[in-house]
Amino acid sequence: MSARDHILRRVRTALDGVSPAVEVPPAPRAPDRGDLVALFVERVEDYRAVVTRCAADEVEQVVRDVVGAARVVVPPSLGIAVDDAVGDEGFTATELDGFAAVVTRARVGIAETGTIVLDHTPDQGRRAITLVPDLHVCVVDASQVVADVPDAIALLDPARPLTWISGPSATSDIELDRVEGVHGPRTLHVVLVG
Amino acid sequence: MSGAFVGMPAFPTAARAALGDTQLRRNLAHATRTIRDKRAKVVAEVEDWEELRLAGAGVKEAALRDLATHLETLEASLVGAGATVHWARDAAEACAIVAEVTKAHGADEVVKVKSMATAEIGLNEALEAEGIAAWETDLAELIVQLGDDLPSHILVPAIHRNRAEIREVFRRRMGDVGRPAPDDLTDEPAVLAGAAREHLREKFLRAKVAISGANFAVADTGTLVVVESEGNGRMCLTLPEVLISVVGIEKVVATWADLDPLLRLLPRSSTGERMNPYTSTWSGVTPGDGPQEVHVVLLDNGRTRALADDVGRQALRCIRCSACLNVCPVYERVGGHAYGSVYPGPIGAILNPLLHGVSDEQTASLPYASSLCGACFEVCPVRIDIPSVLVDQRAAVVDSHRGDRVPKPEALAMRAAAWTFSDSRRLAWAERASGLAGRVISRLSRTTLPGGRAAAGRLPGPAAGWTGARDLPVPPEESFREWWARTDGGRK
Repeated sequence: MSARDHILRRVRTALDGVSPAVEVPPAPRAPDRGDLVALFVERVEDYRAVVTRCAADEVEQVVRDVVGAARVVVPPSLGIAVDDAVGDEGFTATELDGFAAVVTRARVGIAETGTIVLDHTPDQGRRAITLVPDLHVCVVDASQVVADVPDAIALLDPARPLTWISGPSATSDIELDRVEGVHGPRTLHVVLVG
Repeated sequence: MSGAFVGMPAFPTAARAALGDTQLRRNLAHATRTIRDKRAKVVAEVEDWEELRLAGAGVKEAALRDLATHLETLEASLVGAGATVHWARDAAEACAIVAEVTKAHGADEVVKVKSMATAEIGLNEALEAEGIAAWETDLAELIVQLGDDLPSHILVPAIHRNRAEIREVFRRRMGDVGRPAPDDLTDEPAVLAGAAREHLREKFLRAKVAISGANFAVADTGTLVVVESEGNGRMCLTLPEVLISVVGIEKVVATWADLDPLLRLLPRSSTGERMNPYTSTWSGVTPGDGPQEVHVVLLDNGRTRALADDVGRQALRCIRCSACLNVCPVYERVGGHAYGSVYPGPIGAILNPLLHGVSDEQTASLPYASSLCGACFEVCPVRIDIPSVLVDQRAAVVDSHRGDRVPKPEALAMRAAAWTFSDSRRLAWAERASGLAGRVISRLSRTTLPGGRAAAGRLPGPAAGWTGARDLPVPPEESFREWWARTDGGRK
């Protein structure tokens, strides 16, 4: 008997006579927190990420100020003009290591947890480009901010690879003290539009 | 390479040694207090935490009760999304599959994101035997691996090490396996984390094969989920060409929406954060993005044994948050090594016997490594009633010795008690004997319990083990029945 059939048979034997019907209570919703965008900003900043709020016509200037003279990689359809930025051409990991910054958009922002979710569509690019450079500038529209995790889950497409980002890379492995900056981008700069 | 838990002594022996290590106790007390406070703060923020726990427990329990169906659905979804699915009955089969896939790509090294399942099956040691170097990339796992140490916590395997000890391990060992630690390495956590970043980056950039576990596997979409902090997970899941994920069959949830309560419960219970820095989800292969060859190894290794246990089945709901370790008064004092397994603490004390049975002395000692205070149940995000399972596993240990040719002293004492209690004349006789003993012992006793009752000190013979750490209240000189007869139920 194959390992597959053997395991499935053992599972069925183990559950012989056990009713599969379980009442699953619905997960509760967080109460109304008022201004979602303000909460989102507060919670993102709580992870020691940097947040800049601006109007739609100021985005390019803000991004320019944030990246400065850094060598920047951008996804194929960012829709924001970034000086001297290089469009991703399927760079290898080593080539990406030569970039200091990346600018992307996002799919959704979660206010309750201060989380940004990327679904790596062409305005965000492949997963690797938001991982290897040390500075991630993420442009989020205020209209993309939802209240809580269940709202994000309902919006997201699980067939896409997803990256949920809550602050810069961090660890609590040394005496359980949170320290920012291990393998992912050490600086996360969120530009909130609107 | 870090060692494996082989030939470990039973819990009481290991615990005695650990209790003598004052540095270890100081490190643990500091770390567990920090994490307990952090968790309490973010849990208090959620008004309906209890309802959220019920929802999380319900989602996991429902998945377990119909596990065969969900596993078949998961397999079909994964294959449909371009992944290759393997099944492994035990550790040896799982390790062989991983080694075979790695060798097929001509790789002699793999990068690993922290995974309890791969630690459980001893994958690093198995790969080493095949000539494949497995690089742990989680900071705490790296500390354990470089220090040739054993993990002592589910979330923070190097919780028993303080910053000065970690600095020493990095200075001494990093150069042997790659980029050495910088000369000016201090014991600042941020500096230590920076050294790990530099040391591991070359390994991430050149790795062809990565190995992960999964926190959750969604049956209807074929999605695997890895929850992490440092970004080493993203590196492993994104940069190499080949990704092999070893997933326990109990990680399955039915639907994408089922992730909601779990993704809210886990970070708050685990690192005490509203959300962990990075969560990655992927469903098979995405053309042009990430690994183009994706393998999933579905692992049994005792899980079907636990599934068959009506009381213990709930332990398979565990989402490995480690909150139960951090609140456990026993764990806080002895640390993780004394449990002799990659799963220490209260959850380990039930999971190990459920997965492997209680036939060996070490595993059989674990259900007793608890005061049954219940703090673990209170914090468990998926409401595993650990104290009840502990008691049930103690019964399993006793049952396993029923056929022994030479019964244990405890079994003899229980048999004697049953014989005495089953006959009122025998009981009366025993009460008179105990009253007499009480009169004698209280004359000799020099210990007084709160409330003024005398207590026996250290007793000789088989009772020595029990009285070595406890006070035995002196038996009353007059039994209830004698008092009733003398006073006519208090009327005289």
